[in-house]
Amino acid sequence: MTASATTTELDLRQVEQFLYREARYADEHDYDAWEALWTDDALYWVPASDPDADPGQRMSVISDNRSRISTRLKQLRTGKRYAQSPPSNLRRIVSNVEILDDADGAGEPGDITVAANFVVVESRERGNETWAGRTTYRLRVVDEQIRLAYKKVVLVNHDRALPTLAFLI
Amino acid sequence: MTATLPETAHEPAGKYERLIQPTRVHGSMYTDPEIFAEELERIWYRTWVYVGHVSEVPEPGDYVRKNIGPQDVIMTRDRDGEVHLLLNRCAHRANLVCDAPSGNSNSFRCPYHGWTYRNNGELLGYPYNKGYGGKGKVELGLGRVPRVDSHQGFVFGSFAPDGPTLAEHLGAAAGELDRLARLSPEGEVELTAGFLKHRTRANWKLLAENETDGYHPQFVHGSIFSVTGSPIGALYSDNSTAVTRDLGGGHSENDLRPEFRRFAEPMRWFGTTEAKVPDYVARMRELHGPAAEEILIEGSPHVMIFPNLFIAEIQLFVIQPLSAGECVQHSTAVQFKGAPELNRRMVSQCVGSVGPAGMLLADDTEMYERNQRGVALRDPEWVDIRRGVERERTDENGFRIGTATDETGMRGFWSHYRNLMEAEK
Ligand code: FES
Ligand SMILES: [Fe+2]
Repeated sequence: MTASATTTELDLRQVEQFLYREARYADEHDYDAWEALWTDDALYWVPASDPDADPGQRMSVISDNRSRISTRLKQLRTGKRYAQSPPSNLRRIVSNVEILDDADGAGEPGDITVAANFVVVESRERGNETWAGRTTYRLRVVDEQIRLAYKKVVLVNHDRALPTLAFLI
Repeated sequence: MTATLPETAHEPAGKYERLIQPTRVHGSMYTDPEIFAEELERIWYRTWVYVGHVSEVPEPGDYVRKNIGPQDVIMTRDRDGEVHLLLNRCAHRANLVCDAPSGNSNSFRCPYHGWTYRNNGELLGYPYNKGYGGKGKVELGLGRVPRVDSHQGFVFGSFAPDGPTLAEHLGAAAGELDRLARLSPEGEVELTAGFLKHRTRANWKLLAENETDGYHPQFVHGSIFSVTGSPIGALYSDNSTAVTRDLGGGHSENDLRPEFRRFAEPMRWFGTTEAKVPDYVARMRELHGPAAEEILIEGSPHVMIFPNLFIAEIQLFVIQPLSAGECVQHSTAVQFKGAPELNRRMVSQCVGSVGPAGMLLADDTEMYERNQRGVALRDPEWVDIRRGVERERTDENGFRIGTATDETGMRGFWSHYRNLMEAEK
C-alpha cells in the first residue's frame, strides 16, 4: 500500500497500516522488504539495562545503524545464522498506537514520532518465548512512501537476563 | 534428564576420575543435578571466583549487585575505600536488604522489619530494640564472602576462609590481566559500559570449554565472517600460527600473538589501523616509547580464567551458573582509562558481537543450548576432547600448548576441575 502524503499529513490509519506491514515483514522473515523500509540515517535500537542511556557509551542488546542493519540481514540470509536457522516462528500484535508530539526534535524536520505496545510469541525448538514491550518509531515520507528512520524497542524485561533474541523484534 | 553413569564394577577410582578421563568427559557431567550441587560446594563456594571490577564502585558508598553462582552478592565500597562482598541476606529473618541493581548508600535498610546495616556489613540497628534487651545487643551482621582480593582492579571472592591466595589461583593468568591493563594509556581497565545478561539453557561448563575452543569459529561464525570479510576466521584455521595454551589452574588461552606479530601491524588485533585511532596510539607511544610498537601489535588477551571470567580481546564475559541446565552470560565491552576514542569503538563493536542478539554470541549460545540437549542423549555417552593430544607440546615456560584449533584448553580445564571435585572436603 502507498501513503501518498507528506509526513505531517499522515493520519493514524496510514501510520497503523505501516506499522502492521513492518511487523508482518519481521514476523515472516521477509528481510528484503523489511530492509527497504529503512532510511539511510537509520537507528534500530534495543536498549539493555538503562533505556535512556547513550547507546554510544553503554551496552545495548541491539544498536544498529543502517550499515549494521544490512550486515545483520546479510548474516541472516546466509542460512547459517544458527540462532535463526531454522528461523523462529513468530507472530506479533502491535497495539495502543499513538502519534506523539515530537518533543525531542530528533531526526529530520517533518519526521513524526509514533509509539506502540507489542507482544510477540516466538516458537523454536528450544521452547516458546513471549516478548513484550513498547516501541518508539520515527517515520518519514520519502518519495510518497512512508519510511522508517528510527525504531527503539524497550522490552518490559530489558533489565533482566534475556534469552537469545536473533529474530527482528 | 540425566544420562546413566558408566560401569564402575572394577574401578576403585573416585567418581570424577571415572567421569572425567584425559580425552573424554561423560555426558552426565553437564546434566546431573547432584554433580551441579557438588560443584557449587567444591568450586563456586570454595575457589576464587571473579565477581566485579573496582571501576563499578568508584566512590565511597557505591554498590553494585553481583553474584557467585546463584548467590546474590553486593559489592560495596566503604567510606575508607575498601571493597566488600556482602551477601544480600538480612541477618534477622533473611529478607533481601538491597533491591536496586546499583547505587550509592552508606547503609542498607531491610524492608521487612527495618534492620539497618553499614555498607561494610556491620549491623547498625534494629527497631523497637527493647525486644532485644536494648541497643547493641545483637551480634549479627550481613553475611560476607570471607576472602576478597583483586588484581588489576578485577575483584575476586572466595567463600573458603583459607586456601590458596588469589595470586596462587591466578598463576600465569595474572599476566594476561596485566597485558590487558597495559593497553590503557593510564594502565587501568574500566568496566563502565554496563552488562548485557544472556539467559542460556546450558550447563556452564559448555561455555567455559568453548571460550578457548579455536576449532568452532570457522563453522559457528562462518556466517558473519563471510559477510563482513572478517580476518578473524583465519586466526583459527589449520594454517594459523596461533596457539592454544593450558595456563594451569584450569585457565587457558588462545594466544593469537604469533599471528599478529607475523603481520606486525599496530591495532590489527582490534581489526583497525593506527590511522583510525590516532589519539590513542599517540598517547601509547608517548607513554611507552619504542616499546609501544610491540604492545600495539600484540594487543589484548583471549583468556578463560577459571571458573567464570572470559576476556576475548575487547569483550568481557562472566559466567553465572544457576542449575545444571541453566546459566547467565554477563557481557560487556572492555574500556581503557584515558582512551575515549577507542572506548566508543569498543562499545560499538562489542554490542554488535555479544549478548542475546550478538552476531557472534547468539550463535555460540545456540550451540550451547543444542549441546545441552545432545549430552542428555544416551549414546555415545562421552564428549570427546582428544583433538590435538598427539601433537601437544610443552612451551619454553613449561605450559602445554596445541595448535590454534586444538582442545588443549579444555583438557587443562577438566584436569583442574577434577582435582577440585576430588579434593577432600
Ligand atoms: S528480615 Fe530483615 S529486618 Fe526482619
Ligand atoms: Fe564462538
